[in-house]
Amino acid sequence: MSSKTSLKNSVIDWSSTIDMIDNVRIDELGVKERTSSLATRSIKRDSKLEGLKKIVSMCDLTTLEGEDTEGKIAQMSSKAMTPDPSDADVPNAAAVCVYPSLVSTAKNIVRDSNVKVASVSSYFPSGQAPLESKIVDTQFAINEGADEIDIVINRKAFFEGDFRKVYDEIVSLKEICGDIHLKTILEVGELETYENIKKASLIALSAGSDFIKTSTGKISSGASREACLVMARAVREFADSGYGVKGIKVAGGIRDSKDAIRYLVIINEELGVEWLTPEYFRFGASSLLDDVLKQIKKLKTNSYQSSYYFPRG
Amino acid sequence: MNNWEYSESIESEKIVNIEKKYGNFIDGKFVTPKSKQYIDTISPSTEKILSSISIGNQQDVDYAVASAKEGLKKWSKTNPSERAKYLFKLARLIQERSREFAVLESLDGGKPIKESRDFDLPQVAQNFFYYAGWADKLDIAWGNEQYKPYGVVGQIIPWNFPLLMLSWKVAPALATGNTVVLKPAETTPLTALLFAELCEEVGLPDGVFNLVTGDGSTGSHLVNHKDIKKIAFTGSTGVGKYIQKSLAGKDVGLTLELGGKAANIVYSDAALDEAVEGVVNGIFFNQGHVCCAGSRLLVQEDIEEKFIKKLEKRMQTLNVGNPLDKNTDVGAINSKDQLDKIEKLVNEGVADGGDLFQIECELPKNGFWFKPSLFTSVQANYKIATEEIFGPVLTTLTFRTPEEAVEIANNTEYGLSAGIWTEKGSKILWTADRLEAGVIWANTFNKFDPASPFGGYKESGFGREGGRHGLLSYLKVSS
Repeated sequence: MSSKTSLKNSVIDWSSTIDMIDNVRIDELGVKERTSSLATRSIKRDSKLEGLKKIVSMCDLTTLEGEDTEGKIAQMSSKAMTPDPSDADVPNAAAVCVYPSLVSTAKNIVRDSNVKVASVSSYFPSGQAPLESKIVDTQFAINEGADEIDIVINRKAFFEGDFRKVYDEIVSLKEICGDIHLKTILEVGELETYENIKKASLIALSAGSDFIKTSTGKISSGASREACLVMARAVREFADSGYGVKGIKVAGGIRDSKDAIRYLVIINEELGVEWLTPEYFRFGASSLLDDVLKQIKKLKTNSYQSSYYFPRG
Repeated sequence: MNNWEYSESIESEKIVNIEKKYGNFIDGKFVTPKSKQYIDTISPSTEKILSSISIGNQQDVDYAVASAKEGLKKWSKTNPSERAKYLFKLARLIQERSREFAVLESLDGGKPIKESRDFDLPQVAQNFFYYAGWADKLDIAWGNEQYKPYGVVGQIIPWNFPLLMLSWKVAPALATGNTVVLKPAETTPLTALLFAELCEEVGLPDGVFNLVTGDGSTGSHLVNHKDIKKIAFTGSTGVGKYIQKSLAGKDVGLTLELGGKAANIVYSDAALDEAVEGVVNGIFFNQGHVCCAGSRLLVQEDIEEKFIKKLEKRMQTLNVGNPLDKNTDVGAINSKDQLDKIEKLVNEGVADGGDLFQIECELPKNGFWFKPSLFTSVQANYKIATEEIFGPVLTTLTFRTPEEAVEIANNTEYGLSAGIWTEKGSKILWTADRLEAGVIWANTFNKFDPASPFGGYKESGFGREGGRHGLLSYLKVSS
């Protein structure tokens, strides 16, 4: 393990992990009820503006397509640094999220800003490759200058009941990441049940992930508020056990401000306001940012602007 | 940037129109009370006077009962499908004006707008829809026996769910062909008065629904009136006993829905995070002014520490304050009297040796407020473990085995409701079989459905409201 690894990133041993997984009990209706009750929070005026600015600062602006080019990445990276050039009050996005081959392009543009470059790896989105390949994939992204790595869990192993393999793979990848932030994607749309989501969350956290992330955005069923709630409770349990404070990234299908604010409410009430920073909560999104920028303008000027007033990303 | 307080989001008071002074609703119209005595109804969250209502005296009650008796002649002969039409109309009108009703309920009673909007009002409309459906199907409700309505029914309702309790009583009574004299609680009469306006609007025949406002003296006149054939009461066990004594030996029907001290049993194999939510909902819903509130937390000893820690953390996130703020979770205590009662019992609990946890929050200067509270280290003989507090106060007891849980749960004079939390289905059934309570929830709490009967065991009362069984509270076997 890298000598730079801090306590925060330390791996929790397998037997403690198994203890946590064995105790996973979730009532599905209870999760749904709590989620829909939190969705009735009425976020207005100052708290809305504050929330929207937080969302911008938590955005991992993402493009993960075969058609991505250096030009496209340059555009998006530039937007991440200055999402709304007409309003200095609007913060920069947290990161741009790209494929490994485009990391250096992004890094060259955001180098002098606060914007981080995140790269997916480990044979995103399926993860159907041997660990050796995943390590090469990840090492390449790191060498290209990635600040953060988004990997996928081995769902094949998970569904075959080989939890240990899921854990071991993440441990190996975290080892080469060292201090580089590791976000582990559970693909909640495939895991389906809340118990699976919680078990996968605890495995990923124990194995040293800095973040757990809902989805790849590559299957039809992306993030859900219920999944976010379950993951938040896993993060809370992990922190309460003295194992460290970890983050959550929700991604896949979050397109408007209203929805995004509801995610903030879940984190705020289930984990606490300490988690409402880019260090511990992120949105993976492509179209969300524009809607948030429009809403911020609307709150400030009382008029709703067309998309062409905001730079393309 | 590291804080995120929700800005106020206040539901407008301006959408309701409150008269300065109200009379009674008798014989299809609002009439000046004969008593000429009035009392103010205030908002418990601000202590602002909202309106003046009359304290009905013997003459007012006589007038209302006479009107109901007259109304009965026509109503009992009205075709059942016609009766249903009126109830359907009322249900739809309640839905249409539900925002108004919700604001009024929160203003007058102190409950959070999110509860009056999302719980009380939808339930009220559903009750009217549900019993409207039964009105022309009474012949198939209970087999071949012939049933007939009691006649003039006196109904006395409490202040915790004013309009909902009205719907629980008025809808089945009218569906079965009775006529009604209703007395709402003196602290929360406004939604019943607005309901009377709706009765006028739908053209409900004169005398079918009558409303006399007032206090305990008014209720007493109603209970003791010679032409009343049935009394339905929801309220405290003390008053319930008084009513039962008053009616002893008379040919008057009676159903009582009284107090409770429900056990919420959390086994160590429960889904704990969801159980925490259920326990919070069970006791802090409507400031704990709920007869079926889960006011005794029975937690298995091996998870007590963990569970209490989770519970305290969750309680700390409750927003206490202005009932009209859409983000308020816990509103105002209904009255000064009730607040005094809660304070007294909590002080006794501390004196007895209970450990009191209260959340940190700022309470408004005016109005009646009590911080959500949790007692631990409580023994079964403490008053807080046996008496109904009827406020946002949860009392914790522990148990070792399922047998012991059931024993403690049943060790009370009440028997209205109970909750069971475990992921093991067989344990739910085993426990539910042995609990003496009218309603038992498993892995949830405070769930209501008009089709499901509600009522108590032991000193929590008798008779059922809701469902097919609820019809029997307003029907008797034909001679």
